[in-house]
Amino acid sequence: MNNARARQVFLGVAILIACVLPFVLSNFRLFQFTQVYIYAIALLGLNLLTGYNGQISLGHGAFFAIGAYAAAILMDRWGVPYGWTLPIAAAICLLVGFLFGLPALRLEGLYLALATFALALAAPQILKYFEHWTGGSQGLVLTKPKAPFGLALNPDQWLYFLALGVLLLTFWVGGNLLRGRVGRAIVAIRDNPIAAQAMGVNTAVVKSVTFGISAAFTGLAGALSAVVVAFVAPDSFNVFLSITLLIGIVIGGLASLSGAIYGAFFIQFVPNLAQDISKAAPWAIFGVFLIVFMIAMPSGIAGGIGMLWNRLTRRRVSETAAVAPRPGMQPTP
Amino acid sequence: MDTLIQQVVSGLATGSIYAALALALVMIYQATDVVNFAQGEMAMFATYVAWSLINAGVPYWPAFFATLVIAFAGGLLIQRLVIRPVANAPILTIVIVTIGLLVIFNSLAGWIFTYVQKPFPSPFPKEPVRVGEIVLGTHDLGQIGVTLIVLLCIWLFFRFTPLGLAMRAAAQNPLSSRLVGIRVGWMLALGWALAAMFGAVAGMMVAPVLFLDPNMMGGVQIYAFAAATLGGFTSPVGAVIGGLIVGVVENLVGTYVTFIGTELKFSVALALIIVVLLVKPSGLFGRTTVKRV
Repeated sequence: MNNARARQVFLGVAILIACVLPFVLSNFRLFQFTQVYIYAIALLGLNLLTGYNGQISLGHGAFFAIGAYAAAILMDRWGVPYGWTLPIAAAICLLVGFLFGLPALRLEGLYLALATFALALAAPQILKYFEHWTGGSQGLVLTKPKAPFGLALNPDQWLYFLALGVLLLTFWVGGNLLRGRVGRAIVAIRDNPIAAQAMGVNTAVVKSVTFGISAAFTGLAGALSAVVVAFVAPDSFNVFLSITLLIGIVIGGLASLSGAIYGAFFIQFVPNLAQDISKAAPWAIFGVFLIVFMIAMPSGIAGGIGMLWNRLTRRRVSETAAVAPRPGMQPTP
Repeated sequence: MDTLIQQVVSGLATGSIYAALALALVMIYQATDVVNFAQGEMAMFATYVAWSLINAGVPYWPAFFATLVIAFAGGLLIQRLVIRPVANAPILTIVIVTIGLLVIFNSLAGWIFTYVQKPFPSPFPKEPVRVGEIVLGTHDLGQIGVTLIVLLCIWLFFRFTPLGLAMRAAAQNPLSSRLVGIRVGWMLALGWALAAMFGAVAGMMVAPVLFLDPNMMGGVQIYAFAAATLGGFTSPVGAVIGGLIVGVVENLVGTYVTFIGTELKFSVALALIIVVLLVKPSGLFGRTTVKRV
């Protein structure tokens, strides 16, 4: 079984399990899984920018907030159906991200980190300031949508499938984007901007568009979370949300699609486990994990699994090779 | 007019806090090209140490200096244990590690000392100083005084001691410094230690005003970032002047531009950082770095 085939089988099994979950889990657990998918979409967005393109963002929580508030305001003020708020919120974030990405072109590395960190800190205050639209510190309370087309699902099950569907869609789009010419340009800019430019990559355009797409994914996740939680408030989008997202991509694996999923599971479930120790414990654990991963396993869980997989398959290949040597089945060095 | 002078003085007082923290940031940046996102939280934690000492009955000034020593040792340890292993890693890695430190200090403080705000004593008399019609807070003046003394000490240290010279050399040209026998690794650690110490000074000076809680330094740090950006991350003098400017501007804007007030405090810092980076990325006093490719 080669790698691509194995991956397809895994993916199929995983999707199958994901489709069965709503009928075996309690509503509360299901809600947690829905959250995981939402985080995974947001992490995909951040990973595209920080992992693949090498632009450090410590402020993606702000785009998550913009997406969430765009959806909430559209539903609350104008009665737009929730299904439509998702693409609109993504489009708004695409634009905002692109616009923020333009000045970011001049900021390298640390300076971009600084600017986005300031953005993360400023976001809740800005949201509170436009009280007329955002409902101030009280936030906006929305109604949870019911399953359409007379499907026999309760709202939690329906929202779960909605999140799962959006997740698969975004990963399909993201995967295709990264596999192609554009993806190679995105990665080339991270690895060697000057060489990329010399090869004819328009770095300015690619970088700012990547910023936009990244913000759009994260904003889409925000909009989805507004629909699922049926409530938005400025203080849930503070700087720690941005840091949580950063933790997600680092633990899951920088520049890895599957890493976004692992990271999402990590940031959703580890704090729950740690909460029993103390209110502050999750963050202490997060911090320790961040530092330990950066020092010991910079490629995150995805990298670790990849390494493990290679080791296992290599052994199997060499074993079969020993039994029945065939041409073209060399163990990879 | 009197209000203006009072506001400028209290702006200078706040600015001196930003200046101290910005100076800490710049020291680390110059030595290791790292912006330490945990600087504010380290300062907050040091302030909690001082608070514990004072609460245990130690008089203010001994507690103050003991805290400086502890902060110094803490900074040294952090550099040796956490920063050194990733010293040659990409910028992203180092940024993430300092974010990890930020999170750890913040939550540890919450864990050990709870999130309840605590009053922190000021070493200066409560009676305000009156100059004619103008009333000036003694804590404000004391704060400015302490910052000036710290700056003087630092300047003397870097200008007149062999160790200060070695540190400057290690920051400027690590390879050659090593060849003449300077232990570059330890010089970098010393930079972190000194930075942690300035942070501690800033924390202990600002705590009587803001009250002590684990999130105390969040706002101060973002303004210190703005100050360091404005003055230039490569210039210690710039960091101090930037801090004072930011402090005064913040106070004046808060008083006279009513629609901003305190509600958009962080947005002002954000706007300041972005504008400076766009217009003059090296800051007012920084060197423009030219990269050889």
